[in-house]
Amino acid sequence: MILIFLIAILLLGGIVAGISARWSAQLSRWISLAAIAVDLVLVAHIWAGRSLNASKAWHDEVDWNWIPSFGIHFHLAVDGLSFLMLILTFFLGIVAVLCSWTEIREKIGFFHFNLMWVLAGIVSVFLAMDLFLFYFAWELMLIPMYFLIVIWGHERRAYAATKFFLFTQCSGLLMLIAILALYFMHHQSTGVYTFEYSELLGTTLSRGAELAIMLGFFVAFAVKLPVVPLHSWLPDAHTEAPTAGSVILAGLLLKTGGYGLLRFVIPLFPRAAHQFTPVALALAVIGIIYGAVMAFSQTDLKRLVAYTSVSHLGFVLLGIFSWNPLALQGAIMTMICHGLSTGALFVLVGGLQERMHTRDLNRMGGLWTVVPGLSASALFFSLASLGLPGLGDFVGEFLVLLGSYKVSVALTVLATLGILASTFYALRMMQRAFFGPNTNSWRLPDLTPREGLIMTVMILGLLWLGFYPQPVLNTFAPAIDNLQREVSMPAAALRRQP
Amino acid sequence: MNVTDTLALLPLLSLAGTAVVVLLGIAVKRSLKLTAGLTLTGLAASFLSVCAVAPLVPRQVTSLLLIDRYALFYLGLIIASAAAVAVLSYQYFAKHDGQREELYLLLVLATLGCGVLVTSVHFASFLLGLEILSVSLYGMVAYFTDRGQGLEAGIKYLILASASAAFLLFGMALIYADTGTMAFSSIRDLFLDRSNLALLLPGIALSVTGIGFKLGVVPFHLWTPDVYEGAPAPMSAFVATTSKTAVVALLLRFLAAGTQQSAAVYLLFSVIAVASMCAGNLLALRQNNVKRILAYSSIAHFGYILVAFLAGTTLMAGAVAFYLVAYTVTILAAFGIITVLSTSEADAADLEEYRGLFWRMPVLASIFTAVLLSLAGIPATMGFVGKFYILASGANAAAWPLIIVLVLTSVIGLFYYLRIVVTLFSTAPEGRFSMQRLEWGSAFVLGGLAALLIWFGVYPAPLLNLIRATIGGLN
Repeated sequence: MILIFLIAILLLGGIVAGISARWSAQLSRWISLAAIAVDLVLVAHIWAGRSLNASKAWHDEVDWNWIPSFGIHFHLAVDGLSFLMLILTFFLGIVAVLCSWTEIREKIGFFHFNLMWVLAGIVSVFLAMDLFLFYFAWELMLIPMYFLIVIWGHERRAYAATKFFLFTQCSGLLMLIAILALYFMHHQSTGVYTFEYSELLGTTLSRGAELAIMLGFFVAFAVKLPVVPLHSWLPDAHTEAPTAGSVILAGLLLKTGGYGLLRFVIPLFPRAAHQFTPVALALAVIGIIYGAVMAFSQTDLKRLVAYTSVSHLGFVLLGIFSWNPLALQGAIMTMICHGLSTGALFVLVGGLQERMHTRDLNRMGGLWTVVPGLSASALFFSLASLGLPGLGDFVGEFLVLLGSYKVSVALTVLATLGILASTFYALRMMQRAFFGPNTNSWRLPDLTPREGLIMTVMILGLLWLGFYPQPVLNTFAPAIDNLQREVSMPAAALRRQP
Repeated sequence: MNVTDTLALLPLLSLAGTAVVVLLGIAVKRSLKLTAGLTLTGLAASFLSVCAVAPLVPRQVTSLLLIDRYALFYLGLIIASAAAVAVLSYQYFAKHDGQREELYLLLVLATLGCGVLVTSVHFASFLLGLEILSVSLYGMVAYFTDRGQGLEAGIKYLILASASAAFLLFGMALIYADTGTMAFSSIRDLFLDRSNLALLLPGIALSVTGIGFKLGVVPFHLWTPDVYEGAPAPMSAFVATTSKTAVVALLLRFLAAGTQQSAAVYLLFSVIAVASMCAGNLLALRQNNVKRILAYSSIAHFGYILVAFLAGTTLMAGAVAFYLVAYTVTILAAFGIITVLSTSEADAADLEEYRGLFWRMPVLASIFTAVLLSLAGIPATMGFVGKFYILASGANAAAWPLIIVLVLTSVIGLFYYLRIVVTLFSTAPEGRFSMQRLEWGSAFVLGGLAALLIWFGVYPAPLLNLIRATIGGLN
């Protein structure tokens, strides 16, 4: 039942926050903050009260009949993987509310309404164990996100929002077709109409059908992740979104793509995924290098950070399709750490834009002496982003590379080049924005206590993930074991050179 | 024809009776309020009679009409949507001077025509129903004789409808020459027989002209944007929902067997479906008039319905029925909003008039947003469940090419729906807009439609059960 409350609190909180802004904008912010905080406590409570019985796949679940004539259930469940994603969601949700505290000055009620509803959609995606429900949530989270971009975004917001919506909707519909095909083929072989995840696992499919259906799912997740030929919505959407929107996009929406690959694509279609592995790994490496090169050549600070996401999420794809425990651990670690480090960078860029009203690197320079606190934070997160040992991102990417080395040496070497390239863009960004002479004679206020708090917590988080990641690894280890047991992909077959 | 037969006909009889009462009412006292009241009472009575005769069915009344659960379902839908149009018309026409009362007479007659269509199993009743409907529609479309656009739309509709009716008659004649009877069931037998298709196929092709015209599918769609734009907003709603619903219901009875038995008929409808989905969505892209956008989008939506129709599996009838209900609710709400925003001079059709509507009238704009998302098939609206159902029936029949076309064109469709949404939420210069007073009647209808739109979008099980009980669904 608690799982229902997680979603309901966000939905109701959104409505209440939306209405309360009529009387007081401050009240609306506090209500949003409180609702997310309550959810954070609730999910921690589920975790604390979980049974340690390893045979049980889910720590908590809700399963109701929803549309019986189609065999659709309202089935939510949480395991270690979902749990980590939920923690990340609520944490970044709080960050998103805090970082828009002064940035959003208009239509505050409706802003918080959308913010809460997009979080509710994301939570449902991470919890849904019925494919229809999953698709439902998957599409539903787009609408508030769309509004966040189109109402509170920057100059080209309508273009960016529409592009974002069209990309995700088109790929989503392909996934819906794939879901339906799976549904009917499952019925053909078993006589049961069901969208239930655990029942659809191990459906017998012909080779061609399995590959086609797998591709339907893959495209939807690849657009979100993003995988390189399908990424072009991302720089626009991230750049034009308000800070909170960028944080949620980069920190959470992209992770739904990685989560989908982990949860659905490989477990449901192990043979097809295996067949597809060489292509996926190649796409991952292309993404890593392409993202880094593009980031290096940007002058718009926000766009630069957006392209680094393309690069980092390439590691996630690489890790997932290497499909061995090390690489999977690395992929999940990268997802979490990227959420923190890139989320923090977007907060900083948003803070800079709020102060300077520009994101143009050419107009910056010498900011270190002007805003030392903000600059130091930016340095920290840039270093995290370039993979400095001791910080979370390093652990994730290192594990991915270790895992992928077993699958393909050549691709691993190329991916390592991507890390090298990340050094260039991160340092270039630091140098152009914060060092050198202050040619434009900027006079700006440094971090406010509120921003300082956000930064401190995120810095501590990354340090913790970097120095002592074991608790996190332990948290999702059973989930990975389950996934791998379901798949039983022959490791020897994977080891072949793609 | 015995007493039970007459009782089974009660829904149609009460519609006819309503027409007479409304006519006499206008003769006695010319009052918009009175006429609207009489019309609504009559429609309510016929809706109740639909529920009341449910235990008596199925019943073949003469060789012309078949009252079964299928017919009753669509009768209910038609009468309910006509009632919604009647309420919206009151708000719309109260702003106008002149002789407005006869409009309700035409509305009831058109509803009667639709009722005959959904119950007919015979060419004679088919043509009768179609003509009652068409002739009333001419008057409804061109109701404002002082508006040039309305007259143009009416005459266009008149000429094209008459021409297509002529095609339809010729097609019927050919089929009759082949089968020797005018009952729909004969077509099915003939397809199963497969002996003599030489006259049957041309006959069917010609009758498809008549049906396709009423549905506004490509290549018979040319009237749609002009009529939608020229007609008064509530009348456009009637043309878009009630009349098209009736024709789809008839098409299923008439030809459902044909698409499965004959590759030629299947191909014919495939071409129409694909062309409608593509043309409707592409042509809507460049429009700036909300009524015209809705017209083009309706062309595309009937393309989607034809996909389910072609799939022809056990899911087909249910998918079509659900989609029609979803479409009716959505389009009625859309035209309801246009009606509410219209002034006595002109309808609120220009996209610019909707700029920043959300910040002026948040509730109305929220409903409109829900409507647009439903048309685009986004979850938590009825439109999504409808599209899901259609995709499911298509996937069940493995009609992959049609489904892929549906998905790709509906993404194009999303683009122009989002354009309207962006307009609703953008900031507008202050003070340019006249605020319209919302009558409680249309407020009630709009609120109800919006509630249905969301409720059946989130929890469609009750409606699915109803459809399965009346029409036959999954099992």
